[in-house]
Amino acid sequence: MRILLALLSGGLFGAGLHISGMTDTGKVQGFLDLFGAWDPTLAFVMGGAIVPMAIAWRMVPGRSPLAGGTFASPQEHGLDNKLILGSVLFGVGWGLIGLCPGPAIASLSYGGWRAQSFLLRCLSVC
Amino acid sequence: MPIDWIYGLVGGLLIGFAGVVLLLGNGRIMGASGIIGSLVDQTSGAATRERVAFVFALVLVPALLQIGSPVDTGTMQSTLLLVFAGICVGIGTRMANGCTSGHGVCGISRFSVRGVVATAIYIAAGVLTVLALRLIVGEL
Repeated sequence: MRILLALLSGGLFGAGLHISGMTDTGKVQGFLDLFGAWDPTLAFVMGGAIVPMAIAWRMVPGRSPLAGGTFASPQEHGLDNKLILGSVLFGVGWGLIGLCPGPAIASLSYGGWRAQSFLLRCLSVC
Repeated sequence: MPIDWIYGLVGGLLIGFAGVVLLLGNGRIMGASGIIGSLVDQTSGAATRERVAFVFALVLVPALLQIGSPVDTGTMQSTLLLVFAGICVGIGTRMANGCTSGHGVCGISRFSVRGVVATAIYIAAGVLTVLALRLIVGEL
């Protein structure tokens, strides 16, 4: 059951990244290109993804996960330097080539050596 | 182009449903960097098999979808840039404990202060980086 749900989730995530064009580094960099040829697509992707998730979070209190167990509790220990510095570093890398971990995995089959070498480097430190 | 926004919205909804399935089904937060990071570290414990399944489907479905329709993956980049960017993203997401899916989608949707702040910072850093690239190299 847990494996099937994970497969379904990973498959939906992959389909979503593919259909939205987020595996195209040009569209991601286009979104970050605020002072150039701005491409707002990523904002629509984020918005579209946040709506179902916001509804799901409201369903969490007082329930258990469908496959049993308990809900993972996200860290909420406030802001710290690690969060801020880490996000700056992530943003720099993201802007430089337009890839973040999700799309890098999703485009492994057709991203060629770019997706692979990026991911390898990313995995060696993360 | 407006059509891109529609694809973006539809794809975004699918990504959101992916997060819903993982949250309400398995009780897990869908964060790509955390999932692959814990698999590399072998710190997933009992969740290892479901994380492998998640990554497997995440690679397989786009691989099937692109059959017969070549995809745009963006322009070629230099290896040096790829390696440097990979290191930044790897260290950054580890330190910040999340990336676009974890902090962006899952964090913002529950109004998490950490998620909102992280997302604002990495988008700002990304915008400045692209601006710097434009100034130095000309075009992307």
